[in-house]
Amino acid sequence: MSELVRSSGNPLMDKIRVFAKSFGLPRLIIAGFLLLLFIMAPFVGANFFTQLSNTINRFSWNAVLVLSMVPMIHSGCGLNFGLPLGIIAGLLGGTIAIELGAVGAGSFWVAVLLATPFAVVFGMVYGFLLNKIKGGEMMIATYVGFSAVSLMCIMWLLLPYHSPNMVWGYAGTGLRTTISLEGYYLKALAGFLAINIGHLSIPVGSLLFFALLAFAMWAFLHTKTGTAMTAVGSNPEFAKAAGINIDKVRLLSVIMSTWLGAVGILVYEQGFGFIQLYMAPFNMALPAVSAILIGGASVNKASIMNVIIGTFLFQGIVTMTPTVMNSMIHMDMSEVIRVIASNGMIIYALTRKSEVSR
Amino acid sequence: MEKTNVPLLEMKNVSKSFFGNQVLQDINFKLEAGQVLGLVGENGAGKSTLMKILFGMNVIKETGGYGGDILINGKKVVFETPFDALEAGIGMVHQEFSLIPGFTATENILLNREPQKKSVLSEVFGERLNTLDRKDMDERADGSIDKLGVHIDKELVVNHMPVGHKQFTEIARELSKDNMNILILDEPTAVLTEKEADALLESIRGMAKRGIAVIFITHRLQEILSVCDKVLVMRDGVIVKDTPAADTNVQEITRWMVGRSISGNPSKAAVATAEKERGKVIMSISRLWVDMPGETVRDVSLEVYEGEILGIGGLAGQGKLGIPNGIMGLYEAGGKVVFDGREIALNNPRKCLDSQLAFVSEDRRGVGLLLDESLEWNVSFPAMQIQNKFLKPYLGGLVKWRDEKAIEEVTNKYIKALQIKCTSSKQPAKELSGGNQQKICLAKAFALEPRFLFVSEPTRGIDVGAKSLVLDALKQFNRESGVTVVMISSELEELRSTCDRIAIVSGGKISGILPAVSASEDFGNLMVSNVR
Repeated sequence: MSELVRSSGNPLMDKIRVFAKSFGLPRLIIAGFLLLLFIMAPFVGANFFTQLSNTINRFSWNAVLVLSMVPMIHSGCGLNFGLPLGIIAGLLGGTIAIELGAVGAGSFWVAVLLATPFAVVFGMVYGFLLNKIKGGEMMIATYVGFSAVSLMCIMWLLLPYHSPNMVWGYAGTGLRTTISLEGYYLKALAGFLAINIGHLSIPVGSLLFFALLAFAMWAFLHTKTGTAMTAVGSNPEFAKAAGINIDKVRLLSVIMSTWLGAVGILVYEQGFGFIQLYMAPFNMALPAVSAILIGGASVNKASIMNVIIGTFLFQGIVTMTPTVMNSMIHMDMSEVIRVIASNGMIIYALTRKSEVSR
Repeated sequence: MEKTNVPLLEMKNVSKSFFGNQVLQDINFKLEAGQVLGLVGENGAGKSTLMKILFGMNVIKETGGYGGDILINGKKVVFETPFDALEAGIGMVHQEFSLIPGFTATENILLNREPQKKSVLSEVFGERLNTLDRKDMDERADGSIDKLGVHIDKELVVNHMPVGHKQFTEIARELSKDNMNILILDEPTAVLTEKEADALLESIRGMAKRGIAVIFITHRLQEILSVCDKVLVMRDGVIVKDTPAADTNVQEITRWMVGRSISGNPSKAAVATAEKERGKVIMSISRLWVDMPGETVRDVSLEVYEGEILGIGGLAGQGKLGIPNGIMGLYEAGGKVVFDGREIALNNPRKCLDSQLAFVSEDRRGVGLLLDESLEWNVSFPAMQIQNKFLKPYLGGLVKWRDEKAIEEVTNKYIKALQIKCTSSKQPAKELSGGNQQKICLAKAFALEPRFLFVSEPTRGIDVGAKSLVLDALKQFNRESGVTVVMISSELEELRSTCDRIAIVSGGKISGILPAVSASEDFGNLMVSNVR
């Protein structure tokens, strides 16, 4: 058993090793680095509370997207690189809600409702496809995402949207690349019970909404179907021998992931303040995948805790690194550093990808 | 041939264990130059392991090496890798071909040992730019094919060859090595037609005349008798018989292979049940075929009586494993299976499980267990999914969650009953030893409280102590719960000590059903009756 922790003879060292093993050394290092950034922030002139608020806010935007990885990981469909598909369902929901004239915070719920049928249909097609190519899910999923994004690039121009807030001003048709949510569902969740004390602002509503979805996911994984889903991911042969219809369970997981992706992007938008169309969904999958991997998930195993830890660490690093670095070198490089930090994290996370034993 | 006092190859007290599981013990034999040694034994008797040791395969070293000494020409040798073995003049032809499909026979025979010609380029840039000396290659390939004594076209590309010629090419490759003096042939005739097999036997005789010692592993006993000087019979990791081939016959060898002198008699319980009146037919299988790779079932008709333990035996690859896997819907199957008066839909695992059938798979790690999950999950999962056990309603039945407490209870019950060694019921299944994993698989099936249980190779790869525990648990389950058990095993003795009746599968068909009290030879004869 190579996995057993070898005793060094020193009880303290052993304890540290056991802890490092259970929490994961990579996570300890990243958490340590993030802590260092927080400590350094005040010294380089960045306000600690502002930074903390930024991190928490970004966490609240992204957490649901990361949560959407969980069902597919559990059912053995791997990491959901096809997240753009769910995001597109969400974008359709959001834009149609505005087109139909829904305003204010309520438009968020209208958007969620409208996105749901799209997510279910997309998820069914996507899941059907993934059932045909068992074993190569992640590669195919990536390209499903790519092609869906490209197709929608055409559709955003062609679909008959008319709302003046969304279409190009000079042509009168075709959606803009960025649509402001001012007057629609901007801060629909974040504004609910929000805490604002000095530099500290916490979007309690968004966090609560995430907590609700996370709890529902946790509860689902405790049901009979949820248990079956985990078993299918852990050993499909075992599940088959126990009379589980593997394809059905996998299909369900893909639909769940796609729907969570749709809701996730709406949550992201209400925090961020804009709907981003065209190539934007393209860049959403990898950060979410990386976050859950950094949180300690493997290709076949993920828990809600992985989601929370991973999102916080990933978004923390991505938020903090540019600010602190920027202040240190007194030059506006924040965007460059942000790209380096986030892609660096993605590379790092993908190297941590581990499979279960057979 | 001149006899010297020192044999070409000698093994002294060779032993090997895998993770505390003794698979070879006290192996002693000698092999002279020019001798043909036939090595026979049931699957799992240790033949392959012994040859792996001799050939220095990595797997042996990785699992802790072996005990005892191997002597070649009286000198002790230790082979770290197959390359060392090759250097010492040992050649091995494996069951699976290792040829390059797009290369000709000649190229395959001399791969990486090609005679080379120097050219201007190679003078400047070094040896790696030498060209191949095609003429010399052809000559050498011819030479080794001649040595083999068969005709194969040396220009033919391997993927165009019939299977037999591929086999000959492999052997020719070994023969082309100049220093080769011990050749191991692992079931070389398994893929050959009768005529090709005869040609191969002829060439083995030819090789022996040239002074090459051959170790010949096969299940076809007739071949052993016709070509070998000496027969080595292995059983359960020991050599049970070492005799000149001229002094024996097929019946005798079969008996040595399967029989166990110390416990040759079946259990008293088996005798008693054999005499008592049979119950009604609970399952009747007719004209079953199963497309399971390597274990094809061609045409099996069989009746199982309520409350009995039926054994299904036979050599590996004859289809015995296909029967339960096919009926339980894990592999494509056809035919008719009637259980308790109702026909069971094939190719649908759920239907079988709903009819209260259960299956303990021979593929413990692949099908039998959720290796990464806790023992609790492993034991309770099928019962939860199929019979809605271990679920607790919340919110007035709106949602049903796993009843962790009930799951823990039932797991602990079986941990105690089957004496499963583990740290707790939360331990992941992968951390358990093979025997304890097997017990978990049984517990999983028991938790379903089935009326009919298929158990496939329940003792494969587990040690002697665990074996008897597993078998006792099965017998107890059969007796106390009145469950009909069909047990499939490669080990005849195990079947004889556990079952009431034993069906022997050969060539994808039932070649006979005998009471467990029948003599080992009778079973042995059935086993080889229509081997293909």
